Amino acid sequence: MDLNEKLLASFIAFEEKVDVNDEVHEIRTAALKRFEQQGFPTKKLEAWKYTSLQALVNKDFSIFPSSKCALEYQNVRQYFLHETETFKIVFVDGQYSSFLSETTHDGVDVCLFSAAIEKPKYKHVVDQYFNKIADQKDALTNLNTAFANEGAYIFIPKSKAPVKPIEIIHFATGATPQILLQPRSLIVVEENAEVQIIERHQSLNGAVAFTNSVTELYAQKHARVDYYKFQNDTSEASLIDNTFIEQHDSSEVSVHTFSLGGSLIRNNLNFYQKGEHINSILKGVTLGSERQHIDHYTLVHHAEPNCESHQDYKSIYDDRSVGVFNGKIIVDKIAQKTNAFQQNNNLLISDTATVNTKPQLEIFADDVRCSHGCTIGQLDEEALFYLQSRGIPKKEAAALLMYAFANNVLESVKNAALARRVKQMIAEKLGVKIGFDL
Amino acid sequence: MLKIENLHARVEEKEILKGINLEVKPGEVHAIMGPNGSGKSTLASVIAGREDFEVTEGTVSLNGEDLADLDPEERAHAGVFLSFQYPVEIPGVTVTNFIKAAINESRKARGLEEMPANEMLSKIREKSGLLEIDRKFLSRSLNEGFSGGEKKRNEIFQMAMLEPKLAILDETDSGLDIDALRIVANGVNKLRSKDNAIVVITHYQRLLDYIVPDFVHVLYNGKIVKSGTKELAFELEEKGYDWIKAENQD
Repeated sequence: MDLNEKLLASFIAFEEKVDVNDEVHEIRTAALKRFEQQGFPTKKLEAWKYTSLQALVNKDFSIFPSSKCALEYQNVRQYFLHETETFKIVFVDGQYSSFLSETTHDGVDVCLFSAAIEKPKYKHVVDQYFNKIADQKDALTNLNTAFANEGAYIFIPKSKAPVKPIEIIHFATGATPQILLQPRSLIVVEENAEVQIIERHQSLNGAVAFTNSVTELYAQKHARVDYYKFQNDTSEASLIDNTFIEQHDSSEVSVHTFSLGGSLIRNNLNFYQKGEHINSILKGVTLGSERQHIDHYTLVHHAEPNCESHQDYKSIYDDRSVGVFNGKIIVDKIAQKTNAFQQNNNLLISDTATVNTKPQLEIFADDVRCSHGCTIGQLDEEALFYLQSRGIPKKEAAALLMYAFANNVLESVKNAALARRVKQMIAEKLGVKIGFDL
Repeated sequence: MLKIENLHARVEEKEILKGINLEVKPGEVHAIMGPNGSGKSTLASVIAGREDFEVTEGTVSLNGEDLADLDPEERAHAGVFLSFQYPVEIPGVTVTNFIKAAINESRKARGLEEMPANEMLSKIREKSGLLEIDRKFLSRSLNEGFSGGEKKRNEIFQMAMLEPKLAILDETDSGLDIDALRIVANGVNKLRSKDNAIVVITHYQRLLDYIVPDFVHVLYNGKIVKSGTKELAFELEEKGYDWIKAENQD
């Protein structure tokens, strides 16, 4: 039985665990039907031309966790940004861990998706927002919707801001071998509200994990969202991250994606602008090595006038790693005075690394500023020699040049502790210790 | 200090250095002059360990240690410093961070701890003062958008920070106006001591008015064809290089 068949068969077992009489389940059932027709994407689809899921689909993944595994905080503390200075929504093998989490209902809701769909007081939010912007044409999103039951639920009411950033962490422990995880998160940030979110997927003890995650995020008028995705997983873990963001008048949403570890990573990051004076910011630092495959698929849809989008992805590929950047910008006819900027710079460190980069601009308005640029280069030998001649060894010199290359993106990280953590992760990945703070 | 014996080097198939002999003792300043294409910059690059050049014969040693098998950074740790003719622009790395990395990597190589932050700061303050460099300059990206004069001043600032045993100044005067030349030369002069040595590579005599050499060598067609004292530089300035070329027809 391949994964496709197994999933369809598992749906009946899944239905025994959830409320099948509510509207959410109608949405699930419809999504399953769509997935059944679509199946897993193949390289025949333009959007999946450079990324094959075949190896994953051929594996025998467990759809449900077979046993519970308790984690001690001290054993996983390294994966958290801070012990006390963040709210935490933590999942272990797809199940909520109240022990590791720190949720809140004090003025804001930082809790669980499963609770939100069960409790009547959240019903109006779920009715209004659940599965409204998730792409119904996308098979993997439909698959996630079909099994949607657990993930983060964040609701920030009008003019509120949580007192500290929110960390969302998904652990895979290996207690269930070869686990398929499908977290589903819903984030609503109301008018003039603000939130900072840090998200991470982490496999432990060499656990083989395949995560197909969907997040829907709504930023109402004047809302400000700062969202960081840390992708520094082990080589046994693969991730497909589908994030859908809807923005309204004068809101600003920024998503930073740091793709450092993991076997296969595919980020489908979609921004839909539904108002004026919106700013959408998409930034990424990618470090691929060994046989990693890292694919960024971005979409910014400008549907109203006077909005901006800024994309800046810096990627470095070593060994036999493969990178993909596909950046799609749509500017509707009505969306005059759009300012859309897209930059994708790539460094290939080895002769066997590959990158495929493709800007895709569909512009129907005539009074717009759209600029895009992509480069593929190598480390500058002259610069390396210059650094070496000052006593900086070749490996450190190369790392320094890579930092410098990614610096524009690193500089835009607003939270200082987070910026330090990112730089530390990059240094670890490059296997260097540089004698100063960048 | 520096001893070069029968040094031959080539890039790809082209032989550029064809048997160089040179000895520089502690406390000395040597000038190497010569027409364009004579091999001056190649000599500087070979001493600093640039990989593009292949040494086919001969040796370069520093205080008795053969440099042949050392990487550029190991040569730096041994005390070699090259002031680049064309310093490289590195956006995203500030002058300060660069110099911190350079100093701490050299200390690491010698088994020392990183330099304490306050010590680093006061050293940066002292040495940047020497080169009349203001503080804003130090937080700019390395060489990015620097004028010719700023780049060269920054090179000598690095030299001041790293305190090399042997400094090779490759065309440090090129692209400098007279004020910048004076500042750079004063900086270099203040760094002279009985324990270090300086090799000045230049096309023109004017830098040598400020950095007065003990010895002057003329490099032509990959060989040192004439050596003398500072008077030789005046003679070259007056007569040009044609008489050297005429005397050394192949």
